[in-house]
Amino acid sequence: MVIAQSVVLAAEFPPSVEDFYLPSILPWGVHDNYWFTKITFLVWVAVAAIIIFFLVAYRKPELVPTKKQWIAESIYGFVRNNIAVDMIGPQGVRFAPYLTTLFMFILLNNFFGIVPFVQLSPNSHIAFPAILAVISYVMFIYVGVRKHGFFKYLKHALIPPAPVFILPLLIPIEFFSNFLVRPFSLAVRLFANMFAGHILLLVFTLGGFAMISANPLLAPVSVLSWVLSVALTFLEFLVICLQAYVFTVLTASYVQGALADEH
Amino acid sequence: MLTYLAAEAAETTEHNPIIPAWEEIVVGSIAFAVLCFVLMKFVFPQMEKTFRARVDAIEGGIKRAEAAQAEANELLEQYRAQLAEARTEAARIRDEARADAEGIRQDVLAKAREESDRIIAAGNEQLAAQRESIVRELRAEVGTLAVDLAGKIVGEALADEARTRGTVERFIADLDAAGTAGGR
Repeated sequence: MVIAQSVVLAAEFPPSVEDFYLPSILPWGVHDNYWFTKITFLVWVAVAAIIIFFLVAYRKPELVPTKKQWIAESIYGFVRNNIAVDMIGPQGVRFAPYLTTLFMFILLNNFFGIVPFVQLSPNSHIAFPAILAVISYVMFIYVGVRKHGFFKYLKHALIPPAPVFILPLLIPIEFFSNFLVRPFSLAVRLFANMFAGHILLLVFTLGGFAMISANPLLAPVSVLSWVLSVALTFLEFLVICLQAYVFTVLTASYVQGALADEH
Repeated sequence: MLTYLAAEAAETTEHNPIIPAWEEIVVGSIAFAVLCFVLMKFVFPQMEKTFRARVDAIEGGIKRAEAAQAEANELLEQYRAQLAEARTEAARIRDEARADAEGIRQDVLAKAREESDRIIAAGNEQLAAQRESIVRELRAEVGTLAVDLAGKIVGEALADEARTRGTVERFIADLDAAGTAGGR
């Protein structure tokens, strides 16, 4: 009896990677079928929500904005002025639409991590951060090549203004950091934050259940654990916004580096 | 316990969270592409347009107000200049009119004086001529009357015509002298 109970508990606590791989919705209950799962469904929901919100809010733009229009404009204005123009300069305006789209996509998908009853962010599957990171990667290289030409851009990106004797050391480092690490660091940062956030919430929520079912005397600790999971949800909210912001800012910063005239 | 660990090991190796599922990559790419397409084609360019229109509206309003102000100032200056010009013009016209009036008065006065002088002269002349003719008539008449009267009184013709004529002449001269003294 005790063994059976502990097996049941072991299945749900501690949380494992398998908690991120839910059975698919269509076809119902099948494992290892990713076409239509909770994750992909949430991605579509996020895309639909963003599109509908912006289209509705900006259906009839007016000089004196309505409240919805003002919110939509504030979101765009925030990314445009505080990220694109601040990081890239006046020419950053042309990247503002993409950066805003990116920001909203990450923010909303992250946000699913703390929405009650949803509580799973698509960005905790590395596929989605990876796509965004690859787009950013291709974009900043493309922008750099178009601005400087292929070889001049390579020279610009790889050869820092340093004494000649240290260049053999610096060039591999620059190559490594600019062209190899960047996409991974972008993708993994976002993915790991969302992944860890979900694990943390699971640990504290399921941990409470595990303790109270293991020994009723641990009930106060369970309550503490649940309270902490609520507190952690607020922390997660911070992480969600921060990671969306960081991803967007880093993309803007890479574009800025590619567009910069000289070091 | 061992089975639990084994089960956990088996579970963790089933899915590696760092390796993306290709189906999710496809779905995510399509979803994100759709999002990018709609937002970057239909929403954000509209927003830029609205921002620009707003800036135009504000700056245009300020510019229009400035232009109107400038125009008003210019008009005011113009009116002031015109007013000053009109004032000097009026003063000039008044001065001219005064000068003209003075001239006309002088002219009229001079003409009137001339006219009166002329009339007086003509009157004097006429008087003199009339007086001359009257004197002449009277002289002849007085001579005849005096001779007739003297002939009647004396009752006889005076023989010496020459003496008679001398007497008459003297008489008339006396009369003349008396008339001149009496007329003045």
